[in-house]
Amino acid sequence: MANISALNQTAAGFDAVSDQLGSGPRGKKPRRTFSGRNIVIYGTLFVAAVYYLLPLYVMVVTSLKGMPEIRLGNIFSPPVEITFEPWVKAWASACTGLNCDGLSRGFGNSVRILLPSVVVSIIVASVSGYALANWRFKGADLFFSILIVGAFIPYQVMIYPIVIVLRELGIYGTLTGLVVVHTIFGMPILTLLFRNYFTSLPEELFKAARIDGAGFWQIYFRIMLPMSLPIFVVAIILQVTGIWNDFLFGVVFTRPDTYPMTVQLNNIVNSVQGVKEYNVNMAATLLTGAVPLFVYFVSGRLFVRGIAAGAVKG
Amino acid sequence: MRSTVPAGRPNRLFRNLNSKIALIPMILTALVVFLGGTVWTVVYSFTRSGLLPRLTFVGLDQYERLWAAPRWIISIQNLAIYGVLSLIFSLVIGFILAALMDQKIRFENTFRTIFLYPFALSFIVTGLVWQWILNPEFGVQSVVRSIGFTNFTFDPLYNSQIVIYGVLIAGLWQGTGLVMCLMLAGLRGIDEDIWKAARVDGIPMWRTYLFIVIPMMRPVFITTLVLIASGIVKVYDLVVAQTSGGPGIASEVPAKYVYDYMFQAQNLGQGFAASTMMLITVAIIVIPWAYLEFGGKKRG
Repeated sequence: MANISALNQTAAGFDAVSDQLGSGPRGKKPRRTFSGRNIVIYGTLFVAAVYYLLPLYVMVVTSLKGMPEIRLGNIFSPPVEITFEPWVKAWASACTGLNCDGLSRGFGNSVRILLPSVVVSIIVASVSGYALANWRFKGADLFFSILIVGAFIPYQVMIYPIVIVLRELGIYGTLTGLVVVHTIFGMPILTLLFRNYFTSLPEELFKAARIDGAGFWQIYFRIMLPMSLPIFVVAIILQVTGIWNDFLFGVVFTRPDTYPMTVQLNNIVNSVQGVKEYNVNMAATLLTGAVPLFVYFVSGRLFVRGIAAGAVKG
Repeated sequence: MRSTVPAGRPNRLFRNLNSKIALIPMILTALVVFLGGTVWTVVYSFTRSGLLPRLTFVGLDQYERLWAAPRWIISIQNLAIYGVLSLIFSLVIGFILAALMDQKIRFENTFRTIFLYPFALSFIVTGLVWQWILNPEFGVQSVVRSIGFTNFTFDPLYNSQIVIYGVLIAGLWQGTGLVMCLMLAGLRGIDEDIWKAARVDGIPMWRTYLFIVIPMMRPVFITTLVLIASGIVKVYDLVVAQTSGGPGIASEVPAKYVYDYMFQAQNLGQGFAASTMMLITVAIIVIPWAYLEFGGKKRG
């Protein structure tokens, strides 16, 4: 008996599948846009796109529901009653430890970390790249090679010596210290980016400026800088997303009241005390992801260029 | 520089002085932080450093303790499973998506934007979203059960046997877009004539991909492989956010071991030894590649 019913089920399943498969070739000759090949291509891409979009959708939907609705319904269903309370709570009153002023504190800290780190790291790296490209001296390439190889060393290997050095300098746990750390670890990829870009500029320009008597800094500010706006934008995109998303340096090199947003987010969501408020958690997660997502959607192609270069950073 | 070179015999140190001054931050970073820091950590991994680093050498004691610690063994196993599967899947999925995108399709930009956006998000955000989706009480498991499959079980984050696969799903979601982009760039670099020649010879498309295009894309594959692999060794935030290493110690990874021993357990020696092992792992991946890539040419 069991066998027969199983057989029936299989047959039914087979029918359903063969229906789907057979419907294409059996009809009239399909139009070009609906050829089997196109259906496979677009179908696969569509399924993949759904998989990639699903988490974003779930985040948005969950953050707009009330807790009773979350407990009853399923995570994929759209909210019946839209509420923005979780967003308000995540921003202004979610608790981490003793602080109950929400993610706004972490957001402020992240901005305070982000701005000087991006500016300093890009200035240092662009000048280094310029010196390496146009003012070479013996040994410079050796240091550069060490720097590039260093980009592959896991941060964990270098983190403790840096803690000691920063402590000796009296800037461990301060904003200055963290800016120094971001400048150091942003250096390999950014210097490479700028060096390659400056090398690709026509050398005649540089030579002409030299003949006219321009010096190191004059050529940098008057000629190189105005010509390299696109690469600066790529570098900014790279650094803004990289530094905003950083977690490890934030944990190691800051104190609880200056934690960046990622660290605070993790503390809010993974705190063991109290009732879990999933809607607040998802609103907080979205808020933290909003900055890099905004950069991504605005910058488009430049972002792709940045990450192709920045993939080394890992 | 004109002014800095004294008349008569030019001093070599002062030639090109501005450039040397400008490169001081880079040279310091390379020598002091990257080289110095690494050597320092390796040296101190042979000492009995506890709360503070001390130069009392104990030979390989720290390493013996490390490899005797169940938590480290689990960390290494997890890294191996996560690493191998994540390499295979991200290369295969990334290449298939790139090949599909390369068929002169419409909405290419839209699809690329969708596949790549997770890469803009941090591992913390990625981990927390997937922690929610894989939540057995409310997530995928409960949804499938509510449709009628009441025995359906899918709770990777609460099952120590399969927890690392739950992390893998999240990791792949975040990272395959990048692989797709690199592969697509590689495919676009292939000469159009190759395709024409293959078509003239009547070679089916899948065979052209498998036996002509992929071998031609070897450099792209190798570079991608090295990039993903050296990123995998560093995996840390994702695990912290998604599972905090749990249930128990089932999803611990080496990078988390290092952090916990250095900054929480106040057992620096263990942290140094573990981070040295991470360094060796990366070296095993990177050195052969660097040798192949830059060994032949004199200048990189």
